[in-house]
Amino acid sequence: METAKRKVLIVDDEPNIVTALEFLLERRGYAVRVATNGEEALALVESYRPDVMLLDVMMPKRSGYEVCQKVRERPDMQHVKVVMLSAKGREAEVNKGLSLGADLYITKPFSTQELVERIDALLGAAAKPGGA
Amino acid sequence: MKLGRRFWLWLALCYLGTLAVVAGVLATLGAELEGAEQAAFQRVLDRRAPALVFALVLLGFVWFGIVRWFSQRYPQAARRLAEETRVVLAANPGYRVAAHGAPEFDEAAHAINQLAEAYHRALGDLETRSAEARAQVEEERNRLAALMSELVEGVLVCNIEGRILLYNERAKQLLAPKGGAAPQYAPLGLGRSVFTLLERDQVAHALDKVRQRLAQGESRPVTRFVASVSEGALLRAVVTPFFDADARVAGMVFTLDDVTGLLGREGQRLALLHSLAAGLRAPVANVRAAAENLVAFPEMEDARRAQFAQIVADESGVLSGRLNTAMAEYADALKASLTLEDMSVADLVSVARRRIESALELPTRAEAIPDDLWVRVDSFAFVQALTYVAGRLRDEYGIRDVRFRAQASGAFAELDLVWTGAIVASDAFSLWELQPMRIGADETPLTLKDVLERHGGEAWTQAHKQSHTAWFRFLLPVGERVAAAAPAPPEAGSRPEYYDFDLFGRIEASSELEGRRLAELTYTVFDTETTGLQPSAGDEIISIAAVRIVNGRLLKQEFFEQLVNPRRPLDPESARIHGIEAEALVDQPTIDGVLPAFHRFCEDTVLVAHNAAFDMRFIELKEQAAGIRFTQPVLDTLLLSAAVHPTLEDHRLESIAERLGVRVIGRHTALGDALVTAEVFLRLLALLAERGIETLGAALEASRETYYARLRY
Repeated sequence: METAKRKVLIVDDEPNIVTALEFLLERRGYAVRVATNGEEALALVESYRPDVMLLDVMMPKRSGYEVCQKVRERPDMQHVKVVMLSAKGREAEVNKGLSLGADLYITKPFSTQELVERIDALLGAAAKPGGA
Repeated sequence: MKLGRRFWLWLALCYLGTLAVVAGVLATLGAELEGAEQAAFQRVLDRRAPALVFALVLLGFVWFGIVRWFSQRYPQAARRLAEETRVVLAANPGYRVAAHGAPEFDEAAHAINQLAEAYHRALGDLETRSAEARAQVEEERNRLAALMSELVEGVLVCNIEGRILLYNERAKQLLAPKGGAAPQYAPLGLGRSVFTLLERDQVAHALDKVRQRLAQGESRPVTRFVASVSEGALLRAVVTPFFDADARVAGMVFTLDDVTGLLGREGQRLALLHSLAAGLRAPVANVRAAAENLVAFPEMEDARRAQFAQIVADESGVLSGRLNTAMAEYADALKASLTLEDMSVADLVSVARRRIESALELPTRAEAIPDDLWVRVDSFAFVQALTYVAGRLRDEYGIRDVRFRAQASGAFAELDLVWTGAIVASDAFSLWELQPMRIGADETPLTLKDVLERHGGEAWTQAHKQSHTAWFRFLLPVGERVAAAAPAPPEAGSRPEYYDFDLFGRIEASSELEGRRLAELTYTVFDTETTGLQPSAGDEIISIAAVRIVNGRLLKQEFFEQLVNPRRPLDPESARIHGIEAEALVDQPTIDGVLPAFHRFCEDTVLVAHNAAFDMRFIELKEQAAGIRFTQPVLDTLLLSAAVHPTLEDHRLESIAERLGVRVIGRHTALGDALVTAEVFLRLLALLAERGIETLGAALEASRETYYARLRY
């Protein structure tokens, strides 16, 4: 029986990277929605209920850190995988992102292929919703 | 005892006088005799000629005995008494004369000793009073010295000729030659030239700048330069002039800081920029050309399009790789700014707690703080930041006490400000980060974000709901442990002589050294220990030590002491004298390595040693191998002692020391002997002055004249 498509929420205010990621993830068989700031992301998390969020750190209206922390505060959102994408690659920022509940912290520039593989692995490792 | 010219003169006079009287009597008697009686007398004389000659010789001996007895009892005893009296007067008021010769001198000696007693007492009174006055001055100097030694910066003060008047322990550390190699310069010392330590041109340039700005009407011009010293270390010198009573520049104060690390990081940042610029240009150019073609020619055939797309992909990969490599390579350079210092977290927390308790009246507590965790931090700004967030917790959330805890986390330290009660929302905290920090009535233009960015740090809020605990977590870069500056070893009964303001007025002598007054010269008093007494038969130096005398003051802290590997076995006989074991010398440098360092220590000074000819002979034999020459004048305390006390016979170091009231400690170590020799030399200077010997030339001349100068090794 075919399972429902896995849902990805891309949160980034840079259209160029969004275009590329959206294209690639859809090809890979994911359902994709896009938010371009923190507020919009929190609203979409509520309505869209994604399996995984790709979260840019530097955004207008709530940073990626804040969005991540808000999501983690919700007991019903604990299963959502959070992948932070950031142009700030200093160790302190990585540490902060992981401390606030991100599952992965990936520094720009990254290889798109590798990113997709890591998302696959992340979801494969997670308990499948309604599975087993 | 040596018999002088006067002695022989007296002897000749007495002898010839007696002969003249006898001859005169005989001649008078002979004139009265008749011819036959004369002939008979002549025969008697002829017969008794051997007896007569014997009588004449006997007469000579008798007179020799009488004149010698007399001269010892009177003129020589008088001279000796005078010399001993001079010892009391000039060198050692505690010395008491002893009578020699005729009994009349007992009385004279007794009277002199009574006078000496009274003189000693009077001196003692005077000494007490002037000691009180001196103590006051001393106390002020001590306060200055204490202040100087407390400073983290090195401080060096020199007069306008560049002669060092004052320095502190830190300056000595900063300017000390690093590593085991022979130092390139003479060590830091009072009266030495600052130009041997810092680049002459840089110092001169700094002085020029100061003068120019003074001329432009600036009242307190300060100038800076960075000097490279040994081993590539970099010192930042801040130069401030000071003035004499006529408002002319009298000298300069150098404040020294080690900036090797800071400038090193600055250099790394530049290197990062250069490497980025150079490494990124080419791939960016390639991507750009390919992309522009793709945009400009949408109608190009598919194969060509695929080619350009591949170029974009490949070059982007190269760009990413270069960027990551550069960032990884220069991570350190990006970490710290110039205002950060290494500090233990425990110290940082205790400063923060004091500040929060005093500024906010908010009780604080330290929970788990690892002892060995160090951070690189601008402690002032960071403590301000902690106080600011604690203040907002108190004001906006009613928090009544805060705790601190810390732990290491990779290249960072996590410092948590913990409280119990309300949770601060992350968006609220984000606002706090961006607003100017206000503590009570004080507001700074800085924000928490500014402070964190300066550290390459981060902060966020976290909570543990079950225990109602929440905390702000601050990430600070881990720093290097800074060893607490070891306090200078306390010197028994004395404090370091790191200053000499009397050097102030000293005029740089361009005149002939020999014309210089003994009192104003700088001396290196030294001693050597050797394997034996025969330098030409292969005996070697095993230890050299020296101390300096500047402006009539013995500087015990500025000493030179070095054991020397003689590269030959030690004679057990000599080991008993100097107590140096052969094993102690195995790892020591050899003489051709030690002499150049000693040569630099002696720069611009007059050498002094006891029985200097002996030590100099050893040194001269090694000069060629060491590639240096000792050309400075040499004074010998043995010869000088003989010059001031020609009638005394014993000029061994112990005897002179005892005579002049110098306490003998640590004899037969090179440093101990050098110290005793130096004290003896200072007292001999007073006795030389009594005899009118006041210049170096005169002292050298007096030495040459003394009997012992004829000794040769």
